[in-house]
Amino acid sequence: MTDTRVEAGTRPPRLGESAPRPDGTPKVAGSFAFSSDLWHDRMLWGGTLRSPHPSARIRSIDIGPAVALAGVHAVLTAADVPGSPTYGLEHSDQPVLASDVVRYEGEPVAVVAADHPATVRRALEAIVVDYEPTDPLVDPLQAEAADPIHPDGNLIRRIHLRHGDQGAVGEVQVEGTYEVGMQDQAFLGPESGLAVPAEDGGVDLFVATQWLHVDRDQVAACLGLEPERVRLTLAGVGGAFGAREDLSLHVHLCLLALHTGRPVKMVYSREESFHGHVHRHPARMWYRHHADRDGRLVRVEARLVLDGGAYASSSSAVIANATCFAAGPYRVPSADIDGAVVRTNNPPCGAMRGFGAVQTCFAHEAQMDRLADALGMDPVELRRRNVLATGDRLVTGQVIVGTAPVAEVLDACAEHPSAAALAADPMSLPGGAGRTADAGHVRRGEAVALGFKNLLFSEGFDDSSAAVCRIEDGVATVTCACAEVGQGFVTLAQQIAREVLGVSEVLLAPAETATVGSAGSTSASRQTWMSGGAVQAACEEVRHRLLRRVAESYGVDVDELVLADDRVVSLGGDFEADLTAVTTVPVEAEVEFHHAPTQPLDEDGQGDAHVSFAFAAHRAIVDVDPDLGLVKVVELTTSQDVGRVLNPLQAVGQLEGGAAQGVGLAVMEEVQVQDGRIRNASFTDYLIPTALDMPPVEVAALIEQPEPGAPFGAKGIGEPPSISSTAAVVAAIRHATGLDLERAPVRPADIALAEARP
Amino acid sequence: MTIARTLDDACAALAEHPQARLLAGGTDLMVGVNRGQVGLDHVVVLDRVDELRAWHRTGDDLLLGAGLTYADLGRGDLPGLLPALAQAARTVGSPQIRNAGTLGGNLATASPAGDTLPVLAALDATVLLRSATGSRELPLAGFVTGVKQNALEPDELIEAVRVPVLDGPQEFLKVGTRNAMVISVVSLALVVDRGGRGVRVGLGSVAPVPLRAAEAEAHLADHVGWDDGSPPAPDAVDRFVELVAGAARPIDDHRGSADYRRHAVGVLARRALHRAFPGGDR
Repeated sequence: MTDTRVEAGTRPPRLGESAPRPDGTPKVAGSFAFSSDLWHDRMLWGGTLRSPHPSARIRSIDIGPAVALAGVHAVLTAADVPGSPTYGLEHSDQPVLASDVVRYEGEPVAVVAADHPATVRRALEAIVVDYEPTDPLVDPLQAEAADPIHPDGNLIRRIHLRHGDQGAVGEVQVEGTYEVGMQDQAFLGPESGLAVPAEDGGVDLFVATQWLHVDRDQVAACLGLEPERVRLTLAGVGGAFGAREDLSLHVHLCLLALHTGRPVKMVYSREESFHGHVHRHPARMWYRHHADRDGRLVRVEARLVLDGGAYASSSSAVIANATCFAAGPYRVPSADIDGAVVRTNNPPCGAMRGFGAVQTCFAHEAQMDRLADALGMDPVELRRRNVLATGDRLVTGQVIVGTAPVAEVLDACAEHPSAAALAADPMSLPGGAGRTADAGHVRRGEAVALGFKNLLFSEGFDDSSAAVCRIEDGVATVTCACAEVGQGFVTLAQQIAREVLGVSEVLLAPAETATVGSAGSTSASRQTWMSGGAVQAACEEVRHRLLRRVAESYGVDVDELVLADDRVVSLGGDFEADLTAVTTVPVEAEVEFHHAPTQPLDEDGQGDAHVSFAFAAHRAIVDVDPDLGLVKVVELTTSQDVGRVLNPLQAVGQLEGGAAQGVGLAVMEEVQVQDGRIRNASFTDYLIPTALDMPPVEVAALIEQPEPGAPFGAKGIGEPPSISSTAAVVAAIRHATGLDLERAPVRPADIALAEARP
Repeated sequence: MTIARTLDDACAALAEHPQARLLAGGTDLMVGVNRGQVGLDHVVVLDRVDELRAWHRTGDDLLLGAGLTYADLGRGDLPGLLPALAQAARTVGSPQIRNAGTLGGNLATASPAGDTLPVLAALDATVLLRSATGSRELPLAGFVTGVKQNALEPDELIEAVRVPVLDGPQEFLKVGTRNAMVISVVSLALVVDRGGRGVRVGLGSVAPVPLRAAEAEAHLADHVGWDDGSPPAPDAVDRFVELVAGAARPIDDHRGSADYRRHAVGVLARRALHRAFPGGDR
């Protein structure tokens, strides 16, 4: 178990040591300023009118009654968007405001600015929209054959991956059809921001987001402004998990601010938030696995259909991940995997932690257990016989050149001792506070699952991060537009600067677009590598320039000089200077950091499309009450391939948090959509695990094999915890009940009513 | 806004402002306000009315002030006197909600999923209403008239709830899709009245209003060994379970299907009965 204690001392933490978050105590104490706390004395309040229909033509919009209300300063529709009428992360296919049709329930139709939130509400109610509802396309399996619901068509992307001998057949075959429901990121801080019109005709937007610069570019295009005149500053982020990668209220706020000449603030309600951001794609997945009698995988066939909802968002990249990692972290010599993501009138789906790999992991791990059962083999042993290692080929044809300690990850997790005892108190049994079960009603199950995904952006994307390091009067300042969404960059940037510059005091400048280039997105487990790499490189450049200047000024050999403990010293001991004294004239460097280039996938889904991979395993022990179908996850053990641990406290936090989201998807989290409408858009009915649902996460091992090419050898660690955790929990429920359970989340009726059948 | 200090204050304010909203814990009211569904033209604040937050024993009855919080129902002597009510109160929300939400609020909201309602149904509770012009007392079934519908007149408030102190075990079980902080999918209260030689069963979330499983109760009364406390025979238990499930009138909604609810209420009936009469079929 990793030691995550924070030592009380005077020396601030360096790399590899637990660094407490500066925002930790304020968040717990309630004093942290989230984006919803933004305030401006002259500000107006904004609000959004949303479509009540999943599919409708708009015959007319009458804003007159709303404009006539006292206190209303602006009512804007699509006609008021001066620049591009649409936006999008990969395809600009989503209207800023709907004009002729609405394609999902909750699609923005008009926006309002007024002097008070209650006035905003009245104004939104006063807008008259004449809709002609049309039949929504809600079945993703029908989408390709149906009439297009968007000019870009209903197929967002298909990848037909073919690898190896297409005639290969295994002696043992197992087949299954799996389904994963729509998960919400369930961040705690709803969408919110403040736009302030600027004297240059531009606008300053303070907003909680994951990628400031790509937001800026999209906002500027929609406003018809040069990017320089749209300046974004990161406001306090209350969680993200992928849901802040797309625009939400950004353009609306800026439109209202520019139109009224007043600062405008907007905060989504929780219900609105469910309609206001993308979710994890629901997936239908058919699989057939072929193996020989010894349990060696021969071939994997799969058909994947992801429901992208009404707009493309990042669906193209999600289906690439789902397809590339569909066979799991195993050696698979032959594969035929068809992955499609389609457009429907359901809520738009896009990025969420795990990004396509979560859905297929649920399916491939169920298949591995089914195969073990068919072979009469221990499921861990079956996995052991097939795990990937460095030098192996993925089903994309790419050879893994970096570290791939999959066997180590699997064994560490599977062999870790368990401390799970059977509880006596009904509160600790399935049903919890409802006291529905006694110990005699409970069956226990246990299972292990293994998963992986890529780190960083793939398929030839020119991915980079920029950072500025400046040292002056003995204090280092790091400037980077990396969005801190809870992942811990704020501590990491300081740790890296201390490590490279030997400086104690490191300031982190606000993340904004005006002062530094793009840091890329806080997603894809990429910021430790990318922005960490940029900070490292910028600090190294500053060190280089500083030491050269000192060497020249004092006539010492630059190769003899090092920075340590806030001093410049020579290795020979004949020179020493205080860092403060030698930095009265500042030294500054800006660096743009790139990872190794990748290639697009070819028409067979083959190519060196990914930079690096990370692997994790989970073992779940569950108690199930089969009569009521209720589940208590008793113990969750994990091990993960991390490259190198840079902040043990933060690393364990990522493992715990990701596992909690995985437990949620396994047993309760689902955005229920019926006929295109969300039925549970609230935290009353969209359930996420409480302390009684989430067991302690036991970290069996953090496998540290430094990754070549990664700054400090560290792999990203944010996503793997949410990949295999769902698969492990559902597999453990299968083990306890003997049921197939091909769908996540598992609902009480899936267990209780299945058992009631003869 | 009127901040009432006494019941009379509150009733007078209601008489003056019949459109006023009553604010006790606010755990339901504020959800509606935040959604823009509830207007607050006038508010009568009740949480400083000490009379509402007290309880008294009068003979075999308890008078529970409407302002008792869910947390209050789990404190002191109350869990011993009304174990099922304390258990039900414990299943409501988080500690913050239980410290704010009140028994009277649970009644007034009259949700089919109101956690205390099946217990109050099983206890044959009556609801004491008061206005500036007088008082009246209604049985629970007369008070809860439909989904989120109650019998309160605009100038009335809930003063208290009258429940009997019974000799015998009590159980409350609630199914939710999460182990805490969850709206009930189905709930069941079972109280034993040794003196009256009866078992009474209240059901929640299986009908527009809290139900009693009257047939199941009548059946069971004849099959319990009242003199020696012996449990009913297995086939009598099966019949009891069947009758309880038959009493339910559940619907399909986003929290669960009617089939699941009918099934689960039977499971809860069997388990509650077993806890009340251990030793028999479970």
